[in-house]
Amino acid sequence: MSDLRDLYQEVILDHSKRPRNFHAIADATRKAEGYNPLCGDRETVYLVLEGDRVRDVAFQGAGCAISTASASMMTESVKGKTRAEAEALFARFHELITGKNGEAGSKASSKSDSPELGKLEVFSGVREYPVRVKCATLPWHTLKAALDSEGAPAVVSTESEGPNAESGGA
Amino acid sequence: MSATTTTSTSTVAPEPRAARTYDVDAIRRDFPILSTRVYGKPLVYLDNAASAQKPMAVIEAEQRVYESLYANIHRGVHYLSVHATDAYDAARETARAFLNAESAHEIIFVRGTTEAVNLVAQTYGRQNVGAGDEVLITALEHHSNIVPWQLLCEEKGARLAVAPIDDSGALELGAFEKMLSPKTRIVSVAHLSNALGTILPVRRIVELAHARGIPVFVDGAQAAPRMPVDVRALDVDFYAFSSHKIYGPTGVGVLYGKTALLEAMPPYQGGGDMIRSVTFEKTTFNDLPYKFEAGTPNIAGGIAFGAALDYVNRLGLTAIEAHEHDLLAYATAALSEIAGLTIVGTAREKAGVLSFVLEGVHPHDIGTVLDREGIAIRTGHHCAQPVMDRFGLPATARASFGLYNTRDEVDALVAGIHKVIGMFR
Repeated sequence: MSDLRDLYQEVILDHSKRPRNFHAIADATRKAEGYNPLCGDRETVYLVLEGDRVRDVAFQGAGCAISTASASMMTESVKGKTRAEAEALFARFHELITGKNGEAGSKASSKSDSPELGKLEVFSGVREYPVRVKCATLPWHTLKAALDSEGAPAVVSTESEGPNAESGGA
Repeated sequence: MSATTTTSTSTVAPEPRAARTYDVDAIRRDFPILSTRVYGKPLVYLDNAASAQKPMAVIEAEQRVYESLYANIHRGVHYLSVHATDAYDAARETARAFLNAESAHEIIFVRGTTEAVNLVAQTYGRQNVGAGDEVLITALEHHSNIVPWQLLCEEKGARLAVAPIDDSGALELGAFEKMLSPKTRIVSVAHLSNALGTILPVRRIVELAHARGIPVFVDGAQAAPRMPVDVRALDVDFYAFSSHKIYGPTGVGVLYGKTALLEAMPPYQGGGDMIRSVTFEKTTFNDLPYKFEAGTPNIAGGIAFGAALDYVNRLGLTAIEAHEHDLLAYATAALSEIAGLTIVGTAREKAGVLSFVLEGVHPHDIGTVLDREGIAIRTGHHCAQPVMDRFGLPATARASFGLYNTRDEVDALVAGIHKVIGMFR
């Protein structure tokens, strides 16, 4: 039970019960829908990009405690960040919850500006539950899809994908 | 194995009759995996609708094949091939008797129920379903009884018609009957819903369809382990089930078909064993059932599948059905007491499966918390997304019972659910 509390930390339970930025954005410049076919969960991420920067971000949908809390905390974490910063944060987050510390990809992203995870550290317990990794990454993949979606000004940055970004692992 | 001598230290108290005729403690000892501990807790395996555990008799049967009986079948004149063939054919006869089919050649060995549906769709279906025709299924089907027909309909320009279910998860028989049309070429229904536990009125469905000259395929994957099935009494045209859900190995299953239908159908796959003679100009196909069994089959698995049916027969499906009915009734009553819990699937005729949702808690979180209590349930859409859509749910939690489950395990489930509630509310 103590290990269950490692997964379901108070902060996570709080965000799952009272998700922040849980609404649609009428004038979103981009949006994407994420879908986990394993559990049927769907989440929509709304973005207002101002140049290269996330001016506003919100989400809607139904998911488990892990995916809802992850989406909620993600919106708080990436608001105000540049696209590159948001993607770097996802890469760090992915390393945290899969336990892989992206050493293999370090030559690709050799820059040393590893972003601070801050509150997102509470998701470290997910790594002990490999089948739940996809729950935690669903909102982030959706965010990335929204960032990558076309139709916005020519800001699209050069970057390559995060080292482990494509799959939720295990 | 361990022949425990009954040392009567004191006269054994008279047990209730049910307990004596159906000794679940003794049955549990036949299944080695049930003594597993999970995170330090005794395993409570309530995911039998996904796959059932295997008794020692099945494990040993498969091992015995490889130790002393193994060779390819239907081919060799040598000792081992003859004996392996005999054992494999014996399993076919066991399956025939299990379904009360008329002849063993009506028993086609396949990889499982999924392959059986595909086989019929790709042979009978391609031969008989044309542009503008219809295939009629129900709204509670497993994906494996939807997608093969969808593929067929796309190929042929036919339409997949879906008979509705009501809010309890029961088939709306009146609507079903109305949907039987002159265009309907085949009806394909589950005998027992894997997501809701609904038992379909197969006998009645067959009567309605046959009155219009339409054959009926029945997906018996969930029913065969849980209730006696008599294909002649039901008068079904096709019936399929999987070994792994009836305590046998994976990768084996049965397609039953009436002789006349099977004989009129083209082969499914080409290869060895399904032919009588081959030249580059012309191939003559083998007799039933071999016409549908191309290639070397799962020999050891098939023989061990026979052992699984023997095991189930020894306990008796009527007794198993009664035991699981008791568990379902007990669990339904217990779960109904839990505030905020809703049972999904409340048809009057139910068996084996208890799907539920908990207000404010996603099924995945239920599953994770229960897992840490040693309780294995299924969470998700149960390969029946249209059923989930019908009830407006992304997913449910599902406990499903097997012949070895106990009321104590239901109690553990209830305690686990209270733990979930304590954590998330």
